[in-house]
Amino acid sequence: MNAVASVWELAQRNVRQSGIVVAFVVICGLFTFLNSNFLSPGNLTNLVLQYSYILILAIGMMIVIIGGHIDLSVGSLVALTGAVAAVVVIRHGQPWWVGVLAALGVGLLVGAWQGFWVAVVGIPAFIVTLAGMLMFRGLTYQVLNNVSLSPFGGTYYQINNGFLNGLLGGQGFDVFTLVVFGIGVAGYAFSQWRRRQGRIAYNQVVESLPLFVVRLVLVAAVVMAFGWQLSQSRGLPVVLVILAVLVLVYAVLTQSTVFGRHVYAIGGNLNAARLSGVRVRFVNFWIMVNMGLLAAVAGVIYSSRTNGAQPGAGNMFELDAIAACFIGGAAVSGGVGRITGAIVGGLIMAVMSNGMQLMGVPTSTQQVVKGLVLLVAVGFDVYSKRRGSATV
Amino acid sequence: MADTILEMRGITKKFPGVTALEDVNLTVTRGEIHAICGENGAGKSTLMKVLSGVYPHGSFEGEIVYDGSPVAFGSINDSERLGIVIIHQELALIRYLSVSENIFLGNERRDRAGFLDWNRTNHEAAELLAQVGLDENPTTPVGHLGVGKQQLVEIAKALSKNVRLLILDEPTSALNDTDSEHLLDLLRRLRDEGITSIIISHKLNEVASIADRTTIIRDGRTVETIEMDGSPGLQERIIRGMVGRDLETFYPERESTIGEEVFRVEDWTVMHPTQPGRVVVDHATLSVRAGEVVGIAGLMGAGRTELAMSIFGRSYGRHVGGQVYLHGVPVDTSTVADCIRHGIAYVTEDRKGYGLNLIDDIRHNISAAGLSRLSRGGLVDANAEIAVAETFRSDLGIKAPSVLSLVGQLSGGNQQKVVLGKWLYTEPEVLILDEPTRGIDVGAKYEIYGLINRMVAAGKAVVVISSELQELLGTCDRIYTVAFGRVTGEVPTAEATQENLMRLMTLERNVTDETLQPEVVR
Repeated sequence: MNAVASVWELAQRNVRQSGIVVAFVVICGLFTFLNSNFLSPGNLTNLVLQYSYILILAIGMMIVIIGGHIDLSVGSLVALTGAVAAVVVIRHGQPWWVGVLAALGVGLLVGAWQGFWVAVVGIPAFIVTLAGMLMFRGLTYQVLNNVSLSPFGGTYYQINNGFLNGLLGGQGFDVFTLVVFGIGVAGYAFSQWRRRQGRIAYNQVVESLPLFVVRLVLVAAVVMAFGWQLSQSRGLPVVLVILAVLVLVYAVLTQSTVFGRHVYAIGGNLNAARLSGVRVRFVNFWIMVNMGLLAAVAGVIYSSRTNGAQPGAGNMFELDAIAACFIGGAAVSGGVGRITGAIVGGLIMAVMSNGMQLMGVPTSTQQVVKGLVLLVAVGFDVYSKRRGSATV
Repeated sequence: MADTILEMRGITKKFPGVTALEDVNLTVTRGEIHAICGENGAGKSTLMKVLSGVYPHGSFEGEIVYDGSPVAFGSINDSERLGIVIIHQELALIRYLSVSENIFLGNERRDRAGFLDWNRTNHEAAELLAQVGLDENPTTPVGHLGVGKQQLVEIAKALSKNVRLLILDEPTSALNDTDSEHLLDLLRRLRDEGITSIIISHKLNEVASIADRTTIIRDGRTVETIEMDGSPGLQERIIRGMVGRDLETFYPERESTIGEEVFRVEDWTVMHPTQPGRVVVDHATLSVRAGEVVGIAGLMGAGRTELAMSIFGRSYGRHVGGQVYLHGVPVDTSTVADCIRHGIAYVTEDRKGYGLNLIDDIRHNISAAGLSRLSRGGLVDANAEIAVAETFRSDLGIKAPSVLSLVGQLSGGNQQKVVLGKWLYTEPEVLILDEPTRGIDVGAKYEIYGLINRMVAAGKAVVVISSELQELLGTCDRIYTVAFGRVTGEVPTAEATQENLMRLMTLERNVTDETLQPEVVR
């Protein structure tokens, strides 16, 4: 919800970003037209349950890419962390939260390992994470002894598949879901209002009041419509709450913290960043640690969704996450991109998969189409840059 | 009448907004070594690019007569076909390829089937190496050779193209004395074999020892061509020719009120980051007082920027030695963050490469070095940040629609103001400005000079590094000269002239070994 909202605000300034939002709307419209089930409560709920782990990976990947790196190991790391959680919970009978902590711990450890090679030793992340992709896949097989483990059941299973509903009763729709969405929209409107007031206080250019209100109303309408559909199905998915919190936290991290600013500085011009006192090693190290952590979160969610751990899990996830970032406006050379962009990019990937599945398009065709969308999105980026100026 | 191999007549080359060459004439006699001298940016390299076809025929005015007939080169290949070969200052060798591969790169020796003929390649390479006096196996990777030997490989490569007119741009700037001597000997030998050379050099001793004639270029025009007949006073004549302009009244007036010493660098020595044993800055010592503008004058490659960047958080070089003092107290400057904390700021000469994040906006660029002032608990106060950016935009006169404009879209002068704003926001006591007016227009230059004056009026210490002597004379209270990594002189501006600065800037080590102390003009 936050994602969609912030993208609207971006739309005024950034052609590239608004182009993505328009593309997203067009794609959604197309699938609605082709299949009336697309916007149904059941399918929207499915969308959330099915693709949130890609969005979470895309958040971490966006930061990696803004910093001028890449991470090819996240798919393997999703498998490894899921496997560790499965071994702890299923094989050793530990409670669900021990499994989650173990997975997150492994994610941090792996992130620190890759951060060491990238930041301290200075090996390009492409190589470090290519090595990691092989190593963590191998470790997954070893941890699982080459066999799948299932089922988690219980609370662990609810992480991805559970719902918060019925807390306030329901009359054919879940009141609690609507209340949460309402609070979210109100909070968003309030923060936008404060931001606008702040800008006015500093004599900055702001959009006109009617435009501001129209924009807020539009965002609120879309978000509440989404909430309404969810509430008619099974209520508020737990994983959506996790995702929303992550988007919020990382949007703040990238846009409003010194650390976030330094990530952009390093990706934008490494030399200038260094000469401006940015601790490049420190920042690069924590970029990789953070990616490890988010890959572990995605690993937990994915293993919860499949209710078990498979040696081959997470295959090619890294490519989905990278594609989401580039579709969502990241620059290949680093220094550009937003969390909201990664989310919209990820949603485009998700909606296309889901829509084509509903229509019964074969998987092979789906891959061709997704590949083309990635190519066109980045092609548009390169083209507009070349036209924009010769200095870049 | 001597036999003329090359005549360039009335060469005018314009770039958008700048006239790099205006009505330049150059006549080179067959079988001579012809030197070209001039300040940085005088147009020497541009002239050579016109000659070698890097700037194709039609992109400049004037005519080139080579070997008695007018020529029109469309590319560097055309000029090479006629035996004109240019060797650039930055050698164009590929480190991982062998000597012979480099020599025949783009000109490969092939057998009848079209495959590479390695025997012939290595055999011919060995012959060429013998010709230039380089005793190395042709299969050695070029990266394993020192710079001096690499230079010889470049010449061997030129010989492989049947060179008749060899152009060398600053061939000895990276060489030590022995290698330089060896190279100059080779040029003399080639001359005796009938190869004409044009050599661009800042080393006037070298020019005096090797050149038959010297052409001086200044501000894109030819000043004169001198017969190097060994008569006394030739070097002084060259220096006069290189700098001879009047100091325009172009610099805003300033009252100097100079206080205590603020900043002092002692015994500063820096080694080259990748070439072991090469000293880039050699026991440099300098100081700046409060309210004083101190200039550093030096030609390209003298070590000015290397000195400044190594002081600023060891951003350049290896084995940096020496000590920095602030108000007489030794301070640690080993990271950029340390320097910023101590109030030292460095405005780089390469604002696009090292100064700015061109794909970000003015606001973020200005706050880049001073984010700690804008943040609490790691969170940046976005509104305060905008306010700061606005302050500097109006204060420095940055012309942009908004502080949210991308820096990459600004003009050079406005970009420079953004970099200055970034460092002024860190509230430095010592401001090191490296080529602060390079590539910006006259109006913006004047504004930046005014800004320097405001800085010193506020009691700060300012160091200005510049290639333009006039600029140093116009803005500084005192000027250090550096040459080949050493501080060769310290001159109060009142007593400085472009001539005596240029003399100190071209002092070579062997001349002054007896007097290692910098010369102080009083």
